[in-house]
Amino acid sequence: MLTYISIFITAIFVNNIVLSQFLGICPFLGVSKRIDSALGMGAAVTFVMTISTIVTYLLQSYLLMPLGLNYMQTIVFILVIAALVQLLEIIMKKIAPALYQALGVFLPLITTNCTILGVALIVIQKNMTLLEATVYAISTALGFTLALVIFAGMREQMSLSRIPKAMQGTPIALITAGLLAMAFMGFSGIKIG
Amino acid sequence: MNKTKILLNGLIKENPTFVLLLGMCPTLGTTTSAMGGLGMGLSTLFVLICSNVVISMVKNIIPDKVRIPAFIVIIATFVTILQLCMQAYVPELYATLGLFIPLIVVNCILLGRAEAFAAKHTPFESFFDGLGIGLGFTVALTLLGSVREFLGTGHIFGLSIYPEEYGSLIFILAPGAFIALGFLIAIIHTFKTR
Repeated sequence: MLTYISIFITAIFVNNIVLSQFLGICPFLGVSKRIDSALGMGAAVTFVMTISTIVTYLLQSYLLMPLGLNYMQTIVFILVIAALVQLLEIIMKKIAPALYQALGVFLPLITTNCTILGVALIVIQKNMTLLEATVYAISTALGFTLALVIFAGMREQMSLSRIPKAMQGTPIALITAGLLAMAFMGFSGIKIG
Repeated sequence: MNKTKILLNGLIKENPTFVLLLGMCPTLGTTTSAMGGLGMGLSTLFVLICSNVVISMVKNIIPDKVRIPAFIVIIATFVTILQLCMQAYVPELYATLGLFIPLIVVNCILLGRAEAFAAKHTPFESFFDGLGIGLGFTVALTLLGSVREFLGTGHIFGLSIYPEEYGSLIFILAPGAFIALGFLIAIIHTFKTR
């Protein structure tokens, strides 16, 4: 049990996927102008990441490993993720139209979100069990959502303030992200178990 | 279009990092040293040229509806080739860049160029577009890597400029990546608007 709590805390705070591992920077900068769209993106990523990590994990351990096709990993994973996103979009449209309304616009963006492929590869590199991998995927996605929402809140405030001309737009956003990353560094060194 | 113009367009006018702001993850993640930035830039350059040329050659065979998955498969193939070659010939660099090599597949620059340029031009022009954009990316990453390595440890490409204990470690760590890139883009904005 302690391992799972440890994975959970580490993935959200200590090794936050955006602020210390630099994955998923594009949506982090792109979809963080308003808090509600940040929440929507976070929810969509959580949903897709959990499912895609389980599917790619099973494929790796029951198809690629036994057949000795490890070198096909990158191609197979990206295709599975792309197909999965399409499939989820179709299923959600039919079964849960309300959820589709809320998350629909973010789904096509997720295929090229490198956190999804990144997490699928990390859990295999670290030799996690299926349960550990699932917990890791959920907590990483929550960490992504947390970073995105905090950052969106800061940008909403920032849009009201006067910023030097050269700094407007991306530069000030990047520097703010740097300060946020510095704040998250305060969590490093926390160990559980 | 003439090839110098295509080349300069990628290098300066549409620089993927400083102007288009594409491919941010490897830009921030691999530039703890100038060498890391250069390695990542050249790896992307290789995949970009190959995928651009192949995509522009097969663009008339691929049906329009399945073109995006087809492009992704072509890109992923070259990434796999790169992975195997790097593991065999430059294992240290491969270990440093780690996860970011397979993640070239989801780098928006590659799919972006495939869709915006290679799908509409000849293989010859696409080669120069890949070269220009790839070099622009390489220059940007090497520059960011040098700045971070210089401020953080006092070295550039491992060459000592000032003693290491005066360096500020923060530029090697995660926050420094964001801050250094933010200032670089701000400086470039200032020069461009002048």
